Amino acid sequence: MTLKLENVTKKFGSFTAVDHLSLEIPDNQIFGFLGANGAGKTTSFRMILNLLDQTSGTITWNGEEIDYSKSDLIGYLPEERGLYPKLKVRDQLIYLGKLRGMAKQEVVEELTKWLDRLKVPQYMDKKVEELSKGNQQKIQFISAVIHKPKLLILDEPFSGLDPVNVELLKEAVVELKDSGTSIVFSSHRMEHVEELCQHLCMMQHGKPILHGDIREIKRSFGKKNLSIQADFELGFVESIPGVVKVKHFSDGALCQIENEDVSQKILEQLLGKGFVRKFELDEPSLNDIFIEKAGESYE
Amino acid sequence: MTSLLRKRVSPMNKFWIVFSHTYMSKIKSKSFIITTAIFLLFIVLMANIQSVIDLFESEGEVDQVAVITESEEVYQQLESRLTANDSDFEIEHFEASIEEAKEAVTDEQYVAALEISETADGLPSAVYHSKDYSNQSMEMRLQNELQQIKVEMATNQSEIDPAIITGIYEPMTFESELIAPSDGETSTVKSEDELSSARGLVYVILFLLYFTVISYGNMIAMDIANEKTSRVMEILISSSSPVSQMFAKITGIGLVGLTQIVAFLGVGYLVITQKQDELVGGFFEFFGLSDISTSTFIYAIIFFLLGYFLYATLAAMLGSLVSRTEDVQQLMMPVTLLIVAAFMITMFGLSMPDSTIVVVSSYIPFFSPLAMFLRVGLLEIPFWEIGLSILILIATIALFAVVGARVYRGGVLMYGTSTSLKDFKKALQLSKKE
Repeated sequence: MTLKLENVTKKFGSFTAVDHLSLEIPDNQIFGFLGANGAGKTTSFRMILNLLDQTSGTITWNGEEIDYSKSDLIGYLPEERGLYPKLKVRDQLIYLGKLRGMAKQEVVEELTKWLDRLKVPQYMDKKVEELSKGNQQKIQFISAVIHKPKLLILDEPFSGLDPVNVELLKEAVVELKDSGTSIVFSSHRMEHVEELCQHLCMMQHGKPILHGDIREIKRSFGKKNLSIQADFELGFVESIPGVVKVKHFSDGALCQIENEDVSQKILEQLLGKGFVRKFELDEPSLNDIFIEKAGESYE
Repeated sequence: MTSLLRKRVSPMNKFWIVFSHTYMSKIKSKSFIITTAIFLLFIVLMANIQSVIDLFESEGEVDQVAVITESEEVYQQLESRLTANDSDFEIEHFEASIEEAKEAVTDEQYVAALEISETADGLPSAVYHSKDYSNQSMEMRLQNELQQIKVEMATNQSEIDPAIITGIYEPMTFESELIAPSDGETSTVKSEDELSSARGLVYVILFLLYFTVISYGNMIAMDIANEKTSRVMEILISSSSPVSQMFAKITGIGLVGLTQIVAFLGVGYLVITQKQDELVGGFFEFFGLSDISTSTFIYAIIFFLLGYFLYATLAAMLGSLVSRTEDVQQLMMPVTLLIVAAFMITMFGLSMPDSTIVVVSSYIPFFSPLAMFLRVGLLEIPFWEIGLSILILIATIALFAVVGARVYRGGVLMYGTSTSLKDFKKALQLSKKE
């Protein structure tokens, strides 16, 4: 059940939205798509779902092309949320569930379970327009997963939710993965990707700029983060060779260094200058990697 | 791989899901129920219009006209003529001056005052005084009766035999006869009766198609625009093919339209059969439909359906292009103009079904459902002409369906404020590989 994109390109007139994207999304995993707005994430999803035809390249799932005969096995949460505002949650999900090949009774049972799971059982017979935006999003999420898809595509699933609900949905996503669903999700929040994914793809201007196992990416990046807290002025650290960047705080500094050896040189210099509260060598965050790779400020 | 064996719903099944959802949600919607109810009420009211008018009339007294005349003879004749002809007002001999009569009219004792005097020849002449021109029928009536009294008096004066006068006024004999084909074939020309009833059916179909296209075309475009505005469209088209959705919508709303038309006709039928005593003949005779051949009925259904599908596909295509429901009206404008033009051409053609403009229009897709049906109903035309017109229609619908489906597929993903031809091209581009 591998989802495979090979040399996929999508052009809108003279504009290239996705440029030679090749990906292999392994089964039973959460795969992260990262990128700024307009990087080509949504276009890629739409091509995977066969809503748009790619200009060139092939997309296969389990060796077959994706068409409407497989739509019952696929779940989709679009970036632009939308439900029928005037329909009750129950009727809404019955219609959408039927379109994904479910029977009415089955939908009601699953819907009851999911509403309880997301702690909103009271919304069963409410019209969607009466719900808050966050709650509408939960309903939308249910509509994407109610038919137990084998492939689930979530476009910015956590945007616009409060932290409590983000946690609720994250748990649900992990649970779905454990029950055998392959999940592809996009976000511009690095920490969500870092937390949930084993594999990721970073996109910029339609091109994949990073792709692979998340630990591998971090290891091969080389550069490390060094965070220091000390009772004296740390300005001199910037002039030490091997230090790439320093961000100063009131009680210390966060340095990016070429490799871990540099940290020892810094340590030598710190000694004897005063009281050092914290000296910690850390893996780079995805954010750091992204900024480095993309070569521009981000979020 | 067992998971892949889960029961799948065939595309056809999804068509029915969208179809029944569209139908049920429209039928159950408040706006549908209310408009249908209002229309039905209107039909019942119209059928009982006489009783409704009587209801209001009977409360007041009968209108009275004050007549001032010195000639008792003229007054008597006028009164007996009015009573004999069942008039809805009365006259009263007003024995006072005209000034007092006018005052009485102002005080609403009388609706009008009629002053009849005598000319030098001894014939009547009259002045009609009223507050306004609102009751013209009463004025006409009085004028007509007086005219006849005058003619009678004048003939009496000139001592002409009344039989001669009757002879002069009698209508002449004028009959129309068809020339039978010389080679013994049976005539295929429609009889006078057939023609007038066909005209009735054509009129009904023209109106139905006009009404259906305008209201249901709009409903389709609105429905699609609504799904786009609420952005539920993207989920919908990821679960079933946009093309099947588009046709499920067109047929679903078509059925809504049929339901409404059947309700109207059903209530109309009930109302008319109930009032059968007042109306001579049955329901079909009332509409002039009893003399119509089966083939005309079949053509009526064919052209009605083809006409609906043609305009509905166009409406669905346009609906998929707009991103806000407010823009629907603007885009539907040309469609409305087309059907109005078709309606005008055929209305004109009702009296001249063989004029060039009707003949030409009967091959132009947007006009042909109305124009060709007009010709089929009123004239005897060779089958190949009808067939050609139907073929052109079907081909156009197919073309629209193909283009419409592609525009639909691209259009539903397109959001913007402008509504122009550029969008049309953009939508087509979105739906194809570059």
